[in-house]
Amino acid sequence: MTETTSQPIPSQPKRNLFQQLDLDVRLLGMIGAFVILCIGFNILTDGRFLSPRNLFNLTIQTVSVAIMATGMVFVIVMRHIDLSVGGVLAVSSAVMALVQTKLLPTYLGLGFDNPLTWIIAIAIGLCIGTLIGAFQGWLIGYQGVPAFIVTLGGFLVWRNSGWLFTSGQTIGPLDKNFLTLGGVNGTMGEAVSWAIGIVAVAVSLWAMISSRRGRISHGFPAKPAWAEGVVMGIVTAAILGFVWILNSYDIPTRKLQRMFEAKGEVMPEGLQVGYGLPISVLILIVTAIVMTIVARRTRLGRYIFATGGNPDAAELSGINIRFLTVKVFAIMGFLCALSAVVASARLQNHTNDIGTLDELRVIAAAVIGGTALAGGAGTIYGAILGALVMQSLQSGMAMVGVDAPLQNIVVGSVLVLAVWLDIQYRKRMGAKL
Amino acid sequence: MTASDTKSAKQRRADGDTPLVELKDICVSFGGIHAVDHVSVDLHPGEVVGLLGHNGAGKSTLIKVLSGAYQMDSGEIRINGDKAVITNPRDARTYNVETIYQTLALADNLDAASNLFLGRELTTKVGLVDDAAMEAECRKIMGGLNPNFRKFSEPVSALSGGQRQSVAIARAVYFNAKILIMDEPTAALGPQETQMVAELIQKLKAQGIGIFLIDHDVHAVMELCDRASVMKNGQMVGTVNIDEVTDDDLLSMIILGKMPAQIAAE
Repeated sequence: MTETTSQPIPSQPKRNLFQQLDLDVRLLGMIGAFVILCIGFNILTDGRFLSPRNLFNLTIQTVSVAIMATGMVFVIVMRHIDLSVGGVLAVSSAVMALVQTKLLPTYLGLGFDNPLTWIIAIAIGLCIGTLIGAFQGWLIGYQGVPAFIVTLGGFLVWRNSGWLFTSGQTIGPLDKNFLTLGGVNGTMGEAVSWAIGIVAVAVSLWAMISSRRGRISHGFPAKPAWAEGVVMGIVTAAILGFVWILNSYDIPTRKLQRMFEAKGEVMPEGLQVGYGLPISVLILIVTAIVMTIVARRTRLGRYIFATGGNPDAAELSGINIRFLTVKVFAIMGFLCALSAVVASARLQNHTNDIGTLDELRVIAAAVIGGTALAGGAGTIYGAILGALVMQSLQSGMAMVGVDAPLQNIVVGSVLVLAVWLDIQYRKRMGAKL
Repeated sequence: MTASDTKSAKQRRADGDTPLVELKDICVSFGGIHAVDHVSVDLHPGEVVGLLGHNGAGKSTLIKVLSGAYQMDSGEIRINGDKAVITNPRDARTYNVETIYQTLALADNLDAASNLFLGRELTTKVGLVDDAAMEAECRKIMGGLNPNFRKFSEPVSALSGGQRQSVAIARAVYFNAKILIMDEPTAALGPQETQMVAELIQKLKAQGIGIFLIDHDVHAVMELCDRASVMKNGQMVGTVNIDEVTDDDLLSMIILGKMPAQIAAE
């Protein structure tokens, strides 16, 4: 605290490779664990785990939890918790199912599979989710009821509201256009997927270059050019590799035949067509990008993190914490409804038990992804990776043939282990959080 | 600069100029306890007024009325002679009132620039937070205040007490504070950093900023302030000119709640 600390720090003689690349060590650790997990399961399943088909399914199965996990990052960073996400998902799904199978076709006379149906249904669903979230946020922010209690109550209230609306019935089949948002029934084909991948590479390289230019033009230290190049190479490989995997999973010949027959054409002999990028995955990617921009580059995100770091400081800086709480829970509610679209479209029906236990999966994904329950720290990409790790673990064990109770025991233990490792890491690094 | 800008604070008081800030007859109570009981103080440009008293004397509560953290039950705030309405910290900022808290009100997980601009971020044309511009401004102002400051990209939790205090002071200085509230600004600091803060206060005084300095330390008040107001049990014991009293006079005001004999006799 005296003069010694404010003296210039002698430049460190040698920085290790990771420091030079300026990569997030924790992220690397998580990716490392994920890769080991995948390779392990791949060996145990004789190569089935890393087959394009399984990776495709894994991606689709992760989307719903991952979308909500990005919102849970904000909630937990604000030092709150949301136990109601599965319930909000269920009630949004119920309302959307009722709108598209009863309200619009029968009562409003639009008929089934009207091109407007899915848009109206989704708009109503997103509004419901956002309103529920905002209402819970109001109870927490303005009325001072702890988030744990509000959302524990919400957990029961919203799921069972959905049950009440649908009288406990499974509702389906859902609108034809709506179903394309679920995954396997709505993919974009190989060419479009490659195009999206190339655009994504171009945009991320441009973003990295312009950020580097910005630092240099202000005269701030920037990492060496070769390191920047390596990171760019990794990013490019990751994006294109992901598209390549999704494109490698071919549509089964029988299904392809039916698709041609539906259009009244004859399928050429020996045709192979890949599924490509599912629309649901695109929704997740867009959500992740938007949420990352919100977290890092908007006032809203800055205030969320500042409040998580020191609520008093945030309030004294003139930040309206109460309204901020409403906004954060409204975002969470919106994302629950978005997840409800993907989840019910994937299952092709609304069922009463949709999203059961999702609150725990979502919280686990955010926490495994490095979001600190003490608040103030967390990343969007971490939460998505966390969701992917959880889903891989679960479906990998199912493929290997691990009994259901043992699967849950492993998942639960991994959650605790991941947080324990994170705490050890933070202690080593001497961080306060 | 006009002639009135160069007048000393003492001169202004003698001339009966309108004070920069007047807190008149302020009352604040918490559930029946009168934390601040009909207290009045004023502050002129370029003046440092010390607020002294025991823990719980009401000095922090009084000043939080001005900074917008608490609402008063009755009383009046006048800034440059005009009635001011301050109901939250944002209102206080519109009157150029800035506060430096003893608890170092910084978000530990954010870097220096983010803390400096917290609540008033610079944005790009499309409305996104412009981190590069903020870091550049932060480097500029820290260069003037604390040239040894280097940890711009690390969270402020990695900084020493003095470095953190210089971020807090930079925040006040950068946004053109006219009225500065310092709540034990040196409580968390070592001797050299305390000296740095003292020099900074002289600099700010010379710029015509009025400063309320809340402190426990009688010596610090004797050294830095022009006047001192002493509070006890929520009430104002009295306000004295520093050059007319001794350390012991101030101490007896704090402990006994009585004005010094030579002043009370006048």
